[in-house]
Amino acid sequence: MTDWTRLTIHETVQALREGRISARALVEAYLARIALLNDTLGAYLTVAAESARAQAEAVDERFRRGDPARPLDGVPLAIKDVLCTRGIRTTCGSRILADFVPPYDATAMVRLVGAGAIVLGKTNCDEFAMGSSTENSGFHVTRNPWGLDRVPGGSSGGSAAAVAADLAAGGLGTDTGGSVRQPAALCGVVGLKPTYGRVSRYGLIAFASSLDQIGPLAKDVRDAALLLETIAGPDPLDSTAAGEPVPDCQAAFGRGVQGLTLGIPDEYFVAGLDPEVEHAVRDAISMLERCGARTRRVSLPHTDAGVATYYIVAPAEASSNLARYDGVKYGLRAADGRDLVTMTASTRAAGFGPEVRRRIMLGAYVLSAGYYEAYYAQAQRVRTLIRRDFERAFAEVDAIVSPTAPTPAFKIGEKTDDPIAMYLNDVFTIPAPLAGVPAISVPCGFSLSGLPIGLQVIGRPFDEATLFRVAGAYETARGAPRRRPEIATTPGAHAT
Amino acid sequence: MSAPWETVIGLEVHAQLLTRSKMFCGCATAFGAPPNHQTCPVCQGMPGILPVINRRAVEFGIRTARALHCRINAECRFARKHYFYPDMPKNYQISQYEAPLAEDGRLEIEADGVARRIGIERLHLEEDVGKLTHEGGVFESASASLVDFNRAGVPLMEIVSRPDLRSPLEAAEYLRSLRTILRYLGVCDGNMEAGSLRCDANVSVRRAGATELGTKVEIKNMNSFRHVRDALDHEAARQVRALDRGERVAQETRLWNPERSITVPMRSKEFAHDYRYFPDPDLVPVQPDPAWVAAIERELPELARARRQRFVEEYGLPSYDADLLTGDRALADYFEEAVRVHPNSKALANWIGSELLRELKGDPAAVTGSPVRPAALARLVALVDEGTISGKMAKELFERMARTGEDPDAIVRREGLRQVADEVAIGRVIDEVVAAHPSVVADYRRGKKQAAGFLVGQIMKATQGKANPQVVNRLLAGRLAAG
Amino acid sequence: MSDVKITLAEVEHVARLARLALGAEEKERLRSQLDEILGYVEQLRRVDTTGVEPTAHVLPLVNVMRDDEVRPSYPLDAMLANAPDPHDEQFRVPRIMEE
Ligand SMILES: [Mg+2]
Ligand SMILES: [Zn+2]
Repeated sequence: MTDWTRLTIHETVQALREGRISARALVEAYLARIALLNDTLGAYLTVAAESARAQAEAVDERFRRGDPARPLDGVPLAIKDVLCTRGIRTTCGSRILADFVPPYDATAMVRLVGAGAIVLGKTNCDEFAMGSSTENSGFHVTRNPWGLDRVPGGSSGGSAAAVAADLAAGGLGTDTGGSVRQPAALCGVVGLKPTYGRVSRYGLIAFASSLDQIGPLAKDVRDAALLLETIAGPDPLDSTAAGEPVPDCQAAFGRGVQGLTLGIPDEYFVAGLDPEVEHAVRDAISMLERCGARTRRVSLPHTDAGVATYYIVAPAEASSNLARYDGVKYGLRAADGRDLVTMTASTRAAGFGPEVRRRIMLGAYVLSAGYYEAYYAQAQRVRTLIRRDFERAFAEVDAIVSPTAPTPAFKIGEKTDDPIAMYLNDVFTIPAPLAGVPAISVPCGFSLSGLPIGLQVIGRPFDEATLFRVAGAYETARGAPRRRPEIATTPGAHAT
Repeated sequence: MSAPWETVIGLEVHAQLLTRSKMFCGCATAFGAPPNHQTCPVCQGMPGILPVINRRAVEFGIRTARALHCRINAECRFARKHYFYPDMPKNYQISQYEAPLAEDGRLEIEADGVARRIGIERLHLEEDVGKLTHEGGVFESASASLVDFNRAGVPLMEIVSRPDLRSPLEAAEYLRSLRTILRYLGVCDGNMEAGSLRCDANVSVRRAGATELGTKVEIKNMNSFRHVRDALDHEAARQVRALDRGERVAQETRLWNPERSITVPMRSKEFAHDYRYFPDPDLVPVQPDPAWVAAIERELPELARARRQRFVEEYGLPSYDADLLTGDRALADYFEEAVRVHPNSKALANWIGSELLRELKGDPAAVTGSPVRPAALARLVALVDEGTISGKMAKELFERMARTGEDPDAIVRREGLRQVADEVAIGRVIDEVVAAHPSVVADYRRGKKQAAGFLVGQIMKATQGKANPQVVNRLLAGRLAAG
Repeated sequence: MSDVKITLAEVEHVARLARLALGAEEKERLRSQLDEILGYVEQLRRVDTTGVEPTAHVLPLVNVMRDDEVRPSYPLDAMLANAPDPHDEQFRVPRIMEE
């Protein structure tokens, strides 16, 4: 008998429309699998079983009435816990918001639910999306379905692990410096960071406002296109959600790569790049060439400066965005309430984890009197140079291909004591958000130890269509059937 | 013998804009709703929210900037100003820093008959904070405080003057003129007591003729024109005393205490003044379209100073009356509407300056709500001018118009006031008729009483029958008897 | 380059700006971690940015504004539901003292 949780979104939509399964039964199948595996993986922070069942019944009712079909009718999704969901606890992976229940929905959620999607639950992430391993969650770690001693990547590790382990048909994450693409690569799923301004940030709990974008995590490229089409587009509630029309991503998907020129950036194939990763990525590139793509070397000279730029800009914005958590209006309030200042200072010390405290301190410092010019202003200028690197490259090529992450999933605890080593894991994913351009990560094989590897494709602003063409052509040519990780269930494993 | 001391003052004015909705969300700005009933996730600074600029707030800023002869910057940006305070939901205020909406303007004022030009350094837009009430009422002893975010996010316009003011009197005059302009422009109701217009001052003193500025002290909590004058008078004197004693003036922020009429050092609200400004990534730059600015400029109303001039020239009013009438736009409009109906400008100015203002309890702005509409007041004055009613009667009539809002002609007609009130006019007619018919009068005096009937007939004829017969008979009898 | 980037006093100053209560050894740990990170970002000072405009927004967007229309506010209970200490329809905070 069919295991419905194995299906992609587009397969699921078919099965539901043809009545081969009801939305309610599908939700039960996913809830059962979550019950079986979530203790081991720690992918979800909150499972919204009741509301998911209610949504499913509403969808089945629509099917019975023969209401016009919606693109995602009955599709169960995993939502990163930084997206506000009305009536469903939204924690940002932080103790300071442990009991926060938003009175409103993020625009992306309004659009997903409006398209018929079902929210299975809210997934684990690095606290306030600050991290590359999901180890910085204020609640528990998330384990990589392909190796339980490994991190799933981050910060959207919960959504990536959930999709990889079939605990959801697809999901949403957010990407600020690689937080969708890197966990997608480490968990062997497809992850897209759209162009800045492609998807409304309204209801996305801000980490670094000039970088944050919501992006899909999916079992294949076509699903990613379907999810993007649903959540993309201008929003009167977000001044930075550009007025660009939403492209027909699914049409682009099948168009192949004939006539496309792909750039291979010298700076992305350097010492520190794991040989297995390099090998898999080079193979993928030659496969794209066999599909008819032309390739050529390009240079993105300021790639090295990316990480340093990012670790000034992002913490600066974060220190500002996180000032609102003061124990006054919502969230945690520390017991020590002698006076206001003590209350707020101890609330923030108790509610924020070490990485968040570190970045708030760093951000406040680089913005403070006397340092703004040397650090923040200078970083914003270097950011301009990084954007120009891409502009120059895209004058010659249609897209840029590279590894998504320099190594496969690393061991839990391996980098927690070494911030900079952790930060350097994002070296290939950081430049795209700094430049605001879109980038996708698509699986391109496994390491000898069986850990997934991701191929990154970076595109021109608002040219996600080309990303889907390239990633889709590669995925089709590779033709590898989707594998499901073998997961030895060890209840309570993640609770560390 | 050293030169006398000179006071140097700059004012920072915050004006709440009269938009319908808040600066960055759709919540109403209306005053007086119960606590936290006019809030939403945006103005309460909830996680995940984003601001969106209110176009009318920008328009009001441009309108004011142009009225103050400021340069509108080709591009302005919003920036975040950081400090922790519980009335500020995000613990940063969305304001403008490096690129304000407008800069380099001026305001002409007149203090003690001396005209002065005060420089405007900048004009920018920002959001207001919520309201704190301290349990037990007083800040110092309060065991806890309560926060109401209704006011949080209401659009504010900050107008910063250059340190061009040389006396507390000038400062108060500057503030009064600025308030008048804001009200003329319809961008702010200028109510200092209610806090929709707030004023902070930077005060320093130096030897007359000195070129560099002395140490400045910031004065807050002056919520009336009197407070501004008193506080600045006191502060300037305090600094002079200190310097005379050879002490230094500490750069600090002091609060005006109107009860004790002294300024006291404020225990700083936010630690240090390291606001960590940076451009708000949630908002894109505003580049006011020159055509838009031009259109706003075209619609600028005639402002108080120009209008006062015109009232003197066009209506021949003494400058005292012109001043009084143009001090408030609504009052000036009222006057001009009345003058169009009946052109006796001086009389109308007097009525407005005395009876009407008394009716309005001295608040010119209330004129828009007065039951006595401009046309009605004009008719009243006309009735006097036509001699239909006496000034004494007119005053009584005005009282009733103020109570009932009735039209004076209607009252006169209904109650025959015109007839009764007309004894003087009737008397005049009697004199004429008597003078015109000496023989008839002689007959009457010889005892031919029916001759009076002829005279009455003549009088009624002369007054087109409007005269009240009883009055005519009485007056005529008296007149004939008087011989 | 190798000199100390951030002192303990600066850490304490920034902690006050950021309203974070830090224990003695966390201050020291943060000082050395921030010192290392600031040392790492030093490289940016060596990038030649003369005449380069800073990027505040990656988008060319300007003049995104809304009409001055009143939208219904949220019900009071929705706005107070997450409050740690609601009182008299308001948010209660401990007495405000100076640092
Ligand atoms: Mg201000
Ligand atoms: Zn609001």
